[in-house]
Amino acid sequence: MRHLLSLLKKEVRELLTPATVLPIVILAVLFASFGGFTGGVVEEALGSPPTVAIVDLDEGKYSALYFDALISRNATIVYNGSNVDDAISAMKESGAMATLVIGQDYSSLIESGERANITVYWNLKGTGLFSSMSTAPVDMVISEVRTKTSKLLIEDGMAGDPDIIMSPIGYQSTTFLGDNRLDGVSPAEVSAFMQTQSFMMPLLIMIVIVMLGGIIISSMGQEKENKTLETLLTLPVNRTTIVSGKLLGSAFVGLLFAGIYMIGLNFYMEGLMDTAASMELSQLELGTTDTAIVGIMVALAILCALGLCMILGAFAKNYKAAQSLTIPISFLAVIPFFVVLFADFSSLPLPAQAILFVIPFTHPMIAMNNMIMGDYMLVYYGIAYLVAFTLATVIITVRLYKSDILLTGLGTTIASGPLGKLFGKK
Amino acid sequence: MDALMVKDFTKSYGKHVGVDGISFNVKHGEIFGLIGPNGAGKTTTLRVLSTLLSVTSGEMYVYGKSVVDEPNEVRRIISYLPEDAGAYKHLTGRQYLDFISTFFASGEERKRMVSRGMEITGLGDRINSKVDTYSKGMMRRLLIARAIMTRPKFAILDEVTSGLDVVNATEIRQIIKDLSSEGVTILLSSHNMFEVEYLCDRVALIDKGKIVAEGAPGELKRKYQAENLEEVFTKVVRG
Repeated sequence: MRHLLSLLKKEVRELLTPATVLPIVILAVLFASFGGFTGGVVEEALGSPPTVAIVDLDEGKYSALYFDALISRNATIVYNGSNVDDAISAMKESGAMATLVIGQDYSSLIESGERANITVYWNLKGTGLFSSMSTAPVDMVISEVRTKTSKLLIEDGMAGDPDIIMSPIGYQSTTFLGDNRLDGVSPAEVSAFMQTQSFMMPLLIMIVIVMLGGIIISSMGQEKENKTLETLLTLPVNRTTIVSGKLLGSAFVGLLFAGIYMIGLNFYMEGLMDTAASMELSQLELGTTDTAIVGIMVALAILCALGLCMILGAFAKNYKAAQSLTIPISFLAVIPFFVVLFADFSSLPLPAQAILFVIPFTHPMIAMNNMIMGDYMLVYYGIAYLVAFTLATVIITVRLYKSDILLTGLGTTIASGPLGKLFGKK
Repeated sequence: MDALMVKDFTKSYGKHVGVDGISFNVKHGEIFGLIGPNGAGKTTTLRVLSTLLSVTSGEMYVYGKSVVDEPNEVRRIISYLPEDAGAYKHLTGRQYLDFISTFFASGEERKRMVSRGMEITGLGDRINSKVDTYSKGMMRRLLIARAIMTRPKFAILDEVTSGLDVVNATEIRQIIKDLSSEGVTILLSSHNMFEVEYLCDRVALIDKGKIVAEGAPGELKRKYQAENLEEVFTKVVRG
């Protein structure tokens, strides 16, 4: 028993290292934060008063119920007139949630026992998991009107099809997303479609970066452990060439990984596109130029990741030390993935936007949505930032490759002066 | 011109002084040994000479090229073999030699370089096996071949026979002797005093970062009335 206890203690000590514990703790904290964040988003969406433009061409008994419901919910009516185009323009300009168009024969259809339809133009402002929830207050208004209409019909002793009496109102949806008009598509359908599209790209980037980060840092740890790095550094070739070779070689592998995943995802997407509303939603797919831009951003993000890996790898004394150095890279990839999954970049508070902007992996993750929403400035800023970040990491890596840190690790060189007189140039 | 000139060389790691103001010269074609216990500063000196670490203070010149100011020039002259070095495990021995040769030659000259390397290894058909299947002796032979197939002017060998069996160690010592006879200057470090006595024309005894004695093994033995270098070292260190 004593032997078992000794072995058990040894195993626990070996397995419970900062490298194994820290990721679990940080993930737990992240999930807790996301729980609070998503709860807040849902509460805010459902609790806020509706803002609508309304075109009432009926002006009858039953269309008046919409005004009653809107007033009772403290709604803001940004347009109340008879022109649909003006109403839509007002909705877009004011950022209202929807435009409700009630047809001329709305009340008479209900009174004659038929189901009456209204047309709803939805103004979808984002593509996050909870974006479609922003239209919920208007949905609740329609639902309330439906119930009240049904109640009135029953009170008036209306005879006829019970299904119609219980649900006398239907509606047709058209959703606006950025510059895109999607006829016959509801915000929920758009949101579901965007999730399948915009979820996959961040997932792909996150997987490739986490995987590649591990491979590169570990290979640097191995190079040090096997002392192949020492041999390499004494060959008659300058350090910039060595760094470039490592970076480009790794980038090739990274892009190969990304390409393989992309092929798999493509098949997945093709499967999804067979579903209903896909014809209309297909206009949200990126064109050739936009796809190329996303491709460039993915390549740049991979280079950024590799640059960071090489900087961190320079501090790894051996393979085991290298393993724990992959943690920061993984978190830099996981954090924007989760944030982008739940929320739109533009809907985040400024400090959160700034933090995400600084993380290079955020940019290809949000690029697709930004392009669909027509926000190209953020995409171009992202590209400029990625290029600057890549160059900075290359310069720092070359500097590290010329320094003692590469062979001695961080402790000894840091001790010799402020970052070893900036790595003790040779 | 001396092959190597080291003057007042100091290497510090923060407050710890690894090498403390040593000076010595190595002549062209000579085998020079740095000997001393673990942590004496031998490997640090060799790493700085190989341009891997920076100089804290002092001067170092390899065939007139400054290690501090002209590291790229120095790397063209030297060939460094670290202690316990390895090779890329996914390559075969031949592929590894071929990879290294690309940095030194091209075309026919490169082919000749690789052939020479393969001959030095003495690995026969095993040169086509993956490096991770090699024994320690085979790996060391491959790495020595890598270090000298390029015909460097100056070879720096750190604990070259450490951990090898008698047969492999003897063969490697012979390779070093042959290399010297071809006019290559060799600076080596070793714990093995008998090996150093057999190989080296001159030696420097280093202890706690300082050179405590220097000269030909025979001279030192006479001076300290010792039977071998081990005894010399003990007498010098203990006063």
